[in-house]
Amino acid sequence: MTGHRSPGVPILRLGDVLVTGLLNELDDRTAIAFTEELTERISAEGARGVLIDISRLEVIDSFVARTLMELTTVARLLGARVIVAGMRPPVAITLVELGIELVGVETALNPEQGMAALGWRQAPQPLEGARRGTAR
Amino acid sequence: MRTEEDLLTVRHAVRAATVEVGFGLVDQTRVVTAASELARNAYVHGGGGTVTLEYPRDPRGRRGLRLVVKDEGPGIADLDAALTDGFTTGSGLGHGLGGARRLMDEFSVRTGPGEGTVVVVTRWTVR
Repeated sequence: MTGHRSPGVPILRLGDVLVTGLLNELDDRTAIAFTEELTERISAEGARGVLIDISRLEVIDSFVARTLMELTTVARLLGARVIVAGMRPPVAITLVELGIELVGVETALNPEQGMAALGWRQAPQPLEGARRGTAR
Repeated sequence: MRTEEDLLTVRHAVRAATVEVGFGLVDQTRVVTAASELARNAYVHGGGGTVTLEYPRDPRGRRGLRLVVKDEGPGIADLDAALTDGFTTGSGLGHGLGGARRLMDEFSVRTGPGEGTVVVVTRWTVR
């Protein structure tokens, strides 16, 4: 490999949860660099949870599946829980036919449910009108 | 295919072809995923190779997409083992060849020690 390559995927921190996503143009090198960077961030920031949005992945082949499984295992060894959210239905069907079960990888239907599973609750938002009402 | 970037190029070309032939979204995903597995096999085990797209029609008039993935690598020594889930000599999960067979309607391999490998897979549209 040629030096450090930024995966170009932002990793945001929300409290003790890291939030990130994978792009469709995931080549092997990017996948490996992403795993390394995420692992460093988990360790440096003491993250307890990681949410990975995969709704833009149009294809998950066995290499990407293996990356997700390894990443989940490494994160668990560092004390963080990974949730993979937003898998497209055709991708789920194809993975099953490929014979890949993503053993050990926790999933959620969408990022919102993933964050809820990681202990984040959405505070009830005051309505626009109500807020204006209190300001008056 | 000579570089890793070429694997993405193969996926793009195959995706465009599946749309062209008129596959639905699930079939598009099946065919692109199979192409990705076979292209990776040719790249990792065969040292690179070629992917050719063909657009056959069957006697009933159904349109299809056929991928011919060819490499001039060492060939597959034990084809039965290579088609078994979980068998791997590379960096994948060992589902590549067997998985591609399940994702497509037709599948054939021609290989032998020192002869390289040619995998031909076809998927037909439902209509």
